[in-house]
Amino acid sequence: MTHSPALSDERAPQPSGERHVNSAIRKQRLAAYLFLLPFFVVFVAMLVVPLAYAGYLSLFESKLIGGEVFAGFANYGRALTDPAFLGGLGRVALFFIVQVPIMLGLALFFALALDTARAHGSKAIRMLIYMPYAVPAVVATLMWGYLYGPDFGPIAQIARAVGFGTPDFLSPGSILGSMMNIVTWEFVGYNMIIMYAALRSIPAEMYEAAEIDGAGQFRLAWSVKIPAIRPAILLTVIFSIIGSFQLFAEPSLLNTIAPDAISNSFTPNYYAYNLAFINQELNYAAAIAFLLGIVIAVVSYVVQLGEERRERREMRMS
Amino acid sequence: MTALDTASTTSDVTTEAPRRRRSFSRERQRSIPLTILLWICVLYFVLPIWWLFVSSTKDNSSLFATFGLWFGGGFSLWDNLETLFTVRDGIFLRWMVNTLVYSVSAAVGATLLATMAGYAFAKYNFPGKKLLFSATLGAVMIPLTALALPTYLIFSQAGLTDTPWAVIIPSLVSPFGVYLMRVYAADAIDDSLVEAARVDGAGEFRIFAQVGLRLLGPGLVTVFLFSLVATWNNYFLPLIMLNSSDLYPITVGLAQLQSAASAGGGSQALFSTVITGSFVSILPLVVAFLFLQRYWQSGLASGGVKG
Repeated sequence: MTHSPALSDERAPQPSGERHVNSAIRKQRLAAYLFLLPFFVVFVAMLVVPLAYAGYLSLFESKLIGGEVFAGFANYGRALTDPAFLGGLGRVALFFIVQVPIMLGLALFFALALDTARAHGSKAIRMLIYMPYAVPAVVATLMWGYLYGPDFGPIAQIARAVGFGTPDFLSPGSILGSMMNIVTWEFVGYNMIIMYAALRSIPAEMYEAAEIDGAGQFRLAWSVKIPAIRPAILLTVIFSIIGSFQLFAEPSLLNTIAPDAISNSFTPNYYAYNLAFINQELNYAAAIAFLLGIVIAVVSYVVQLGEERRERREMRMS
Repeated sequence: MTALDTASTTSDVTTEAPRRRRSFSRERQRSIPLTILLWICVLYFVLPIWWLFVSSTKDNSSLFATFGLWFGGGFSLWDNLETLFTVRDGIFLRWMVNTLVYSVSAAVGATLLATMAGYAFAKYNFPGKKLLFSATLGAVMIPLTALALPTYLIFSQAGLTDTPWAVIIPSLVSPFGVYLMRVYAADAIDDSLVEAARVDGAGEFRIFAQVGLRLLGPGLVTVFLFSLVATWNNYFLPLIMLNSSDLYPITVGLAQLQSAASAGGGSQALFSTVITGSFVSILPLVVAFLFLQRYWQSGLASGGVKG
């Protein structure tokens, strides 16, 4: 996600000599800062300050006697040995490892298939796959909760009619899989659109050589299209890391229909919410939120670094 | 500036089409197996929404008694809608309006801020540009829900919790929007146009408003829609920020109705209300996406490729 700075305003209007040019540049710089100002005011107030505040809060402990006491890294020590936090973290890591490849694989397949324009009604297919993205996670979870339901859920109805018995999607053993399905349903279309948009803007020249070679669709996809949209794929991976590590709406809503399967620490985010608003352990919750942010940043960074290394290796090879 | 005006009104959506390649070799070879495969996959994405629609036409008893994917037991969509819009003095409508107000104001604000910042990054050189842009990109990776908790504490100290501002202000930051707008503006706004306007004696803000904004149309729609959906679908932030159910957006409201329905046990009259409410709540966004799709697609095309 790097972008070479646009070389634009090197040449200011020249007519009346050095001093005029300098003042023109100064004027333009001032304008640039003024354009940036509103965004960065909100940026600092809503991102930097809360982040710093969470870091600050996480260093304190609230005692029954004496109130807030400086505790150093005690909250972090507690979190790193807290089976509830580590269990939740493990669960979202598993979620990331299993669900994200499936979701992005499907998205890539649909994007490539639609890009060939070989299916009847490609446009309608694209819209219909994308549609779940417009459904809020809350509604998607409610809906799938009903669909999974053992009584009037259509999946159970069909399974019973075929003679498979009633599948239990909401048991402790299967709830993570059921949640993966909900998230996949919601976001395949969104990721597909990002990849599809990237595919549509591959310049024609890149195809011509392959066309002359008589490469088939699969060769073309593998050796021209996928490499060309790698930055877009990386973007979807980064978004998916963030999305899966901070799962909240899905577990918190499934909790109402399957309280046995969803503990109050099912995902780290849900745990932090319960700690802060039910247990009133604000300082500990801040430490959890901060740690979760660090984990997400580290994982995203490692993924990006791996991609950059690979790019460099390939450049050397070619 | 008249020459500029005509040049800029030819929108980018139309220039997208002629660039389309590959008319040269493959003349619309359609593949039947691929078509069948894709349409089967489409079923997975559509059937849940179909179920939602079908179920919102059923009353509670047929909800449990008839097959989920087809109509049955009478058509009670209108009764359900009537119940939905009258339950608790019509609070559902209030939630819809709240959601609309929050998400439109957050999206307008976020788009404006992101456009100005993205334009500045794309079209100006100034000290600190690299640093500020890296900070923006880095912020894409900060999980917003991890921020919600400290933000809540700050807002509660400022006495702003349980007000619409608590939902709108945090949603104004869109680092990804800035990134998209920078990439888009670098492409869509020709430097020579900006120069020409400067020579004409136009000030920087006038150039932005009259040249920049016009050329950024599809990019604006893209960023607007992304922020709109993000705020519309947000559940965590309003859940922690708001206490009075009069201020709830539709997501928090529906979740509350649902837990009342599940907790109610015997009083299952609410299930069909929750289902009908869910169905009604997704209609506005689906319609907005259908109508605006050509814009966001060309906007995304430029953002996705140049990572």
